[in-house]
Amino acid sequence: MMTQPQDLAAAELFGGLPEVGEEALSRLHARLAADADAAGILDVAYRTIDTPVGPLLLAATGKGLIRVAYATENHDRVLDQLATRVSPRVLRAPVRLDPAAREIEEYFAGRRTRFELPLDLRLSTGFRRLVLTQLPGIAYGTTASYAAMAVAAGSPRAVRAVGTACATNPLPVVVPCHRVVRSDGTLGNYVGGTAAKQALLTLEGAS
Amino acid sequence: MPATAWQSAADPDPTSHPCGLARLLSVELEPFEKIVDRHGPTVLRVCCAVLGPAAAQDAWSETFLAALQAYPGLRPGSNVEAWLVTIAHRKAIDHARAQARHAIPASDLPEQPSRDGIPGAGDHDLWGAVKELPPKQRESVAYHYLAGLPYADVAGILGGTPEAARRAAADGIAALRQAYLSPHRAAEEEGKAR
Repeated sequence: MMTQPQDLAAAELFGGLPEVGEEALSRLHARLAADADAAGILDVAYRTIDTPVGPLLLAATGKGLIRVAYATENHDRVLDQLATRVSPRVLRAPVRLDPAAREIEEYFAGRRTRFELPLDLRLSTGFRRLVLTQLPGIAYGTTASYAAMAVAAGSPRAVRAVGTACATNPLPVVVPCHRVVRSDGTLGNYVGGTAAKQALLTLEGAS
Repeated sequence: MPATAWQSAADPDPTSHPCGLARLLSVELEPFEKIVDRHGPTVLRVCCAVLGPAAAQDAWSETFLAALQAYPGLRPGSNVEAWLVTIAHRKAIDHARAQARHAIPASDLPEQPSRDGIPGAGDHDLWGAVKELPPKQRESVAYHYLAGLPYADVAGILGGTPEAARRAAADGIAALRQAYLSPHRAAEEEGKAR
């Protein structure tokens, strides 16, 4: 389409407008998050925190913490998955994650040995979920083998399935899949990478 | 208002696709946070233009809260900007009605409403000039020139034909030129002459 004279005039009129201020937008964003929470339509709130094992994404529903994700999992992709699997009403809303952020900070400072947070385990089902509910039974500072966890879950032969349950743990760090290691004493894989697993076990004094 | 106002012409109803295949292939809705990130600044400008800087923040908040509420029902692939502007338009109408109902005597008004952090707020004679436009012109200018919607979408929101929306926007721009650009230029010329 040809450029109309009014298009040029409009460009002259509005082209000089300054960018919308970051500060005004972040204030509006915080107000939106608070209003949405009050209205009961903040289905998934999230924030990120910096930790010794890199930035962690924390996400919570009204029921509890639903996701902890390492940077290696790609935070954008994790948020897309939450939008698809839980609800697209996803907003950065740090306030709801304050208790989780505080407990995780205390954990990394060595001042906390167990988490007392409401959890929303809906991203994990069936046997995997059963395994996750057993993991907090492995005490801080100790480890258990995949085989032992299979026994604890009542399926001694499901050693591989225990591995899968740990690899797909939606709440690493908080649900301590890092405490599950191979029977030969080697670390085994970890959703956050072997270095992160080693760092957590060292922090806990388990190795 | 036609239900299709915020669907682009290039994106027909995905559920009407033969075999329902499009539904399987359709892109899922992205996290709402991305919508706020991408469209927040534009919607704030549109609110400024339509309601003035003082009421813009409230209108923005109400628009995004209503959008978040309705978001899970939005068809994937919809024109999100047109959808948001449609909601902002309704909120602006609500605001204008509420203002008319609670009209306060001019003597009780604060001297200067807070313009803290509002785009172009220092430049308030531009928003002042926009405010003087008849509603249809003001809205056509805001939705086409600030939100960047094609006239077909503007007409979908305001009613009437795309051609009428184009004329209203052109008239609005001409009036703004007269009321805002000309005095500004004159002032600049005068400044240079001194």
